[in-house]
Amino acid sequence: MARGIKDKVAILGMGCTRFGERWDMDADNLMVEAFDEAIADAGIDVTQIDAAWLGVGFDAMNIGPSGLPLSIALRLPNIGVTKVENYCASGTESFRGAVYAVASGAADIALAMGVEKLKDTGYGGLPVRSRGTTYDMLGVTGSGPGNFAQIASAYRAQYGIGKDDLKRAIGQVSVKSHANGAKNPKAHLRKAVDIDTVLNAPMIAEPLGLYDCCGVSDGAACAIVTTPEIARALGKTDLVTVKALQIAASNGWELQAAGGWNGSYFHTTRLAAKRAYDEAGVTNPRDQISLTEVHDCFSITELVTMEDLFLSEDGQAWKDVLNGDFDADGRIPCQIDGGLKCFGHPIGASGLRMIYENYLQLLGRAGDRQRQTPPSLALSHNLGGMPSQNVSSIAIVGLADA
Amino acid sequence: MMAETGILSFGAYVPRKRLQRSVIYAANSWFAPGLRGLAKGEKAIGDWDEDSITMAVEAGRDALTGIDRAEVGSVSLASTTLPFADRLNSGIVKEALNLAEGVSAIDVGGSQRAGLSSLRQALEAAAGRTAPHLCIASEMRITCPASDLELNAGDAAAGLLVGTGDVVARFVGAYSTTADFVDHYRSAGQKYDYVFESRWIKEEGHVALSVQTIKDGLEKIGVAPASIDRFVFPISSKGVAATIAKKTGINPDAIADTLIAQLGEAGSAHSLVMLVAALETAKPGEKILVLGFGQGVDIVVFEVTEAITRLAPRRGVAGSLARRFADSNYTRWLFHRGLVDMEKGIRAELDQKQPATTAWRHHKGVLGLVAGKCSKTGMIQFPKSDISVAPNDRSQGTQEDYPLAEIPAKVMTFTADSLTYSPSPPNYYGMVDFEGGGRIIAEFADIFEEVEVGAHMQMVFRIKAVDDVRDFVKYFWKAAPAA
Repeated sequence: MARGIKDKVAILGMGCTRFGERWDMDADNLMVEAFDEAIADAGIDVTQIDAAWLGVGFDAMNIGPSGLPLSIALRLPNIGVTKVENYCASGTESFRGAVYAVASGAADIALAMGVEKLKDTGYGGLPVRSRGTTYDMLGVTGSGPGNFAQIASAYRAQYGIGKDDLKRAIGQVSVKSHANGAKNPKAHLRKAVDIDTVLNAPMIAEPLGLYDCCGVSDGAACAIVTTPEIARALGKTDLVTVKALQIAASNGWELQAAGGWNGSYFHTTRLAAKRAYDEAGVTNPRDQISLTEVHDCFSITELVTMEDLFLSEDGQAWKDVLNGDFDADGRIPCQIDGGLKCFGHPIGASGLRMIYENYLQLLGRAGDRQRQTPPSLALSHNLGGMPSQNVSSIAIVGLADA
Repeated sequence: MMAETGILSFGAYVPRKRLQRSVIYAANSWFAPGLRGLAKGEKAIGDWDEDSITMAVEAGRDALTGIDRAEVGSVSLASTTLPFADRLNSGIVKEALNLAEGVSAIDVGGSQRAGLSSLRQALEAAAGRTAPHLCIASEMRITCPASDLELNAGDAAAGLLVGTGDVVARFVGAYSTTADFVDHYRSAGQKYDYVFESRWIKEEGHVALSVQTIKDGLEKIGVAPASIDRFVFPISSKGVAATIAKKTGINPDAIADTLIAQLGEAGSAHSLVMLVAALETAKPGEKILVLGFGQGVDIVVFEVTEAITRLAPRRGVAGSLARRFADSNYTRWLFHRGLVDMEKGIRAELDQKQPATTAWRHHKGVLGLVAGKCSKTGMIQFPKSDISVAPNDRSQGTQEDYPLAEIPAKVMTFTADSLTYSPSPPNYYGMVDFEGGGRIIAEFADIFEEVEVGAHMQMVFRIKAVDDVRDFVKYFWKAAPAA
C-alpha cells in the first residue's frame, strides 16, 4: 500500500468568507476576502506561494474556464494555477492538489482556493445543467433534492423504517444544524428552528421538505499548506496536519449492475472512509474521531453518511440522530458550524469550509461554538453527484501529535 | 388452397387519463352554452409526454403480443397529427419496436380515413408480400377550446398485423369512393380545423356518401348487407349509423358502439380502434364491415375465423378503457397540448438541443431500449459500454444486444420531485431493476396512485423532452405502473 499523506503536510493558514447571498460580490471579491484572512493567518507574503489550485463546481455559470480567475483575482506572481472540478468534492479536490504538491516536494507552500458564485442564477437551488450529450438522452436530469431523496426510499425499505419515523429523524438532523448555525457569524442561515417547523415545511422532493435541503450560497474558502518543518521555521507552534485525504469515484456499478447496490447507502463513501482511516491510522473511528463535518446537502445524506463513515451501525443512524449523538455536545458532533444546511453550500468552497471549521476547532479558535471536549482528529466529507453515481471525498486533519 | 389474407393479430392503446367533458363545459359554458349537449361522459387524453408516435408504439407493441418482432416486414403509421412533417414518423416507431433493419416504413395521412385506407392498401398488398405488415393508426388532435371537436375528439391508437396464413379475420373485400366533399379541413401548418355546418355534413356527407358506397361496395364484393354482424361506423353523430343501416339493409343490431362516451373520436385512427374493439369480442364466422370517412368513403369487410379463439390475451381497447384515471383538470390538459401558456420558471430554460450525431450513435439504445448482455459473464447493463460493469470481470467488447423494453421491472428507489421542471409536477423518477438483470434510472409515467419501493413497473415509450428553440422532440423510455 501507498505510504499515504499522514503528517507530511501542515496547514499554515486558512480563510473563509461569510457565506450567503452576497449580492455585492463577484467571485473575485469573495476569493480576495477568503485569501486576506488566510494569508494573515499564515503570516507569509504572496510571493512565497509556489503553486495554486482552484476548486469550483459550476464554472460555466460563474467564473468561466481555467485557473486564471484565481490568478487574476489575487494577482498571483505568474505561478501555476490549476482549476479542478469534481462535483461537490471540488473544494476538497483543490486541497488535495495543494497538499500533494507540498508532499511531493515540488512546492514548499501551496494554495487551495474554493469558490462559488451561485446567486447570479436567478433562483434557489443548484443550476440545471447538461451531463453530456449521451447521458442527456437516457439519464434523468433531476434536481439535487430529487436525486438524494431516492436514498431515503431505499433506506426506509432496507431497514423497514416507517415513513414518519424517518421524516422525524431527518428533521432532527436539520434542527441540530440550525441550532449550531445560529452561533456562527459566518453562516448563511442563523435562525434556530423547531421540529414542527421542519416537518410542516413544503415538500421539495419526497420525503425532503424545505428544511431538509441546504442553503445554496455565495462564498469562498482557502487553505495555505506547507511542510511541518517549514511551518515551524515560520514560527508556528500548534500545528494542524493532514492525516488522510481520500477520494473515491463511482465507476458505474451502483447505477448499472443489477443485484449489486441496494440504493440505501453511499458505496463510495464506505470505500473512501476505509482508506482514510487506514491512511490516518484510525482503527476505531467512533472513539478516535472527535468531530465531523459531513456532506449534509440534504438531511438524509448526512444521516446515511454517519453509517457509511462507520460512526453509526447500519440502519441505526436515524435512532442515533434522535438520541442527540451528533449534537454539538453529543458523542461525535456533526456540523458544529451549521453544516451545508446553515453555513451554506457554495459548491467549490464547501470542502475547504469544512476543513476551515475543523482547523479552528482543533486550535480552539471556534469562539461560541467551540467544542468543549478538546478535539484531536476531525473528519470532513463531501459527496458530489447523486447517490447512484458520485464522487466521495474525505479529509482527516488533526493536531500534529495526535 | 391459397393461404388466406387478413388480420393476423391486433392491439390498441388508449391513454389512461380521461378528461371529464363536464369540466370542459363548465369552463366554457359562459362563452359557448350550446356545447351542453356534448358535455357528457369522458374523453381519453394523452399525458404531456405522449403524441401520435408514442401512442402508435404502444398500439404496435400490443398488436405484436406473442409475435416475433423479426417476422414483421413493413410498417405504416396513419395519422393527421404526426409530430414531424418531414422525418419518417413510422421510422421512430420501427426503432422503438426494435423491428428488423430490413423493414420498409411509410407515413400515411391527409384525411380522417387515412387509417382505414392504409389498412386496405396493406390487405391488398399482402398477397405479394413475404412478411406481415404492421398497420398502425394513431391520433391526437389539437382542438380549439370551446369547439364541438374539443368535446368529441379523444386520443387513441390501434395496430393490426396484416398478412397471409392463420388469420383471425379474413379479408373479404374492399371498396372506396373519392370525392372532394369538404366537411372540414386543416391547411398545412395550421393548428385548428375549420368545420362547416354539421346538418349539411350529416345529410349530404355522412349519410348520403356512406349509403352509396356501402350499397355499391357490398354488391361488388358480393356480400349481402343483412349478413353483416358488426357495422363499424366511426362517427358519433346522433342517429347517423342507424339511418345508414336502415337505408342499406344492415341489421341495426350490428351497429358497433362508437366509444364516444368513454374515449371520444380518435380521428383517422378511429375506424381501426373500433375494428380492434369489435375483434376483441367477435366470434368465428362473424362478418365485420368497417367504414372510413374523409373526402369519400372506404369500406372493408372481414370474416372472423376460428383462429381468433387462439389469440393470446392482450390489452386491446377493452383493457385500455378499463385502466382509467378520471381527470378533472382542464387547464393542465390545455397546457399539455400547448393551448395555454404557464410560467415555467428559469429551471425550464435548460437547452434541450439534441446533437444528431449522438442520437444516431445511440439510436438503438435510446429509441429501442436495447441494453448489453455480456457473452462471458451474462451481466446485463444499460447503456452498453466497451468494458463491462461487472465488478470482477473486465470483459471488453463482449456485449450483445439485449432489449429491455418488454421485460417487467421493479422500483428500487424513487422520489416525487417538485423542484425540477416538469410539465406535470411533481416529476416522479427513480431506479428500476429488470427481471433477470439490468437496471436503469428512469422517469416514471402514469403515476396516478402511490408509488413504493418494490412496485411492479413496465416500460413505456414517451417524450423525454422538447427542444422548443429548434422544434425537436426527444423520445426515451419511462417506467409506468404495470397493469
